[in-house]
Amino acid sequence: MGLLDKEFSDGNIVVANVEDLLNWARLSSVWQLGFGLACCAIEMMATSASHYDFDRFGLIPRNTPRQADAIIISGTVTLKMAIRIKRLYEQIPDPKYIISMGSCANSGGPYWEHGYHVLKGVDRIIPVDVYVPGCPPRPEALLEGLLKLQEKIRNESLRKKL
Amino acid sequence: MKTAEEIFEILKNELGEIILSIDKDTPTEPIISVEPLKIHIVSKFLRDNSELQFDSLMCLSGVDDANGKKVKDNEGYDVIEGGTLSVYYHLYSTVLKHKITLKVSAPREDAKVESVENVWKCADWHEREAYDMIGIKFLNHPDLRRILMPYDWEENSHPLRKDFKVPEFYQGMKIPY
Repeated sequence: MGLLDKEFSDGNIVVANVEDLLNWARLSSVWQLGFGLACCAIEMMATSASHYDFDRFGLIPRNTPRQADAIIISGTVTLKMAIRIKRLYEQIPDPKYIISMGSCANSGGPYWEHGYHVLKGVDRIIPVDVYVPGCPPRPEALLEGLLKLQEKIRNESLRKKL
Repeated sequence: MKTAEEIFEILKNELGEIILSIDKDTPTEPIISVEPLKIHIVSKFLRDNSELQFDSLMCLSGVDDANGKKVKDNEGYDVIEGGTLSVYYHLYSTVLKHKITLKVSAPREDAKVESVENVWKCADWHEREAYDMIGIKFLNHPDLRRILMPYDWEENSHPLRKDFKVPEFYQGMKIPY
């Protein structure tokens, strides 16, 4: 981690640089918007429940985008929903992160050819940080996606988002 | 409990020429064809007659028969001209335990069917769905809006028509893969 290794003897003072400290704080408390779309949402709920418990990585569902840092697009993005998702995304304060969960959110999934009502990938309207493949992904896969996002945040610099 | 043939006889005797025919050559139940602009009269009779008592509309479905002529439009897409759109009504009497299937067919270009919303309340959303997906207009329906597709979806674009063409864009979002 490189942050807590320069601890003074009394344990109250830590020396770090601002970037590391900010990134550490951000990646350890990724508050996500409580938001589910389809069957992936069931898997996301399983991930947040006691068995897999993504709270241990600092992920807490928040009920308003204004208090959220991340949004997990968990399921099929219909055209009707896409407009709402865009609005929710725009209300999240910077820095904000997006995990696209499952085939539907990644690329339209099974609806890629005949889905007249489905947006073929949520990255057509908002920038995605991590894509989690699967239909739906198992909780382990979503956790892996979250860890990848934390990895990404850890390497951010103050000047630009990665 | 009455068979479909008996019900057809009753209807024919009571209501005359607005009952068109009975098709017994079906894999499931016989289907009685009815005049589309008189279906509300037939429905009310089926519900209120003491011998029939059809108090439950199990399902109402819109169908694109695609029995018209296939022609190419000026962009080279297949379009169906002529033929019919149909609505099927599956009825059940919870008192007398008998079932019947009704069918109405209306011309594809201007499909108008009388609403049965004031006979069976549950027809409300079913008719809205048939309107949204197939494009059948239900006369005297209290609130005939789209129910599944967005309200600002392209006019006269009904996704479950056999010659439906996916629009290129919706609100600036590209739809095809």
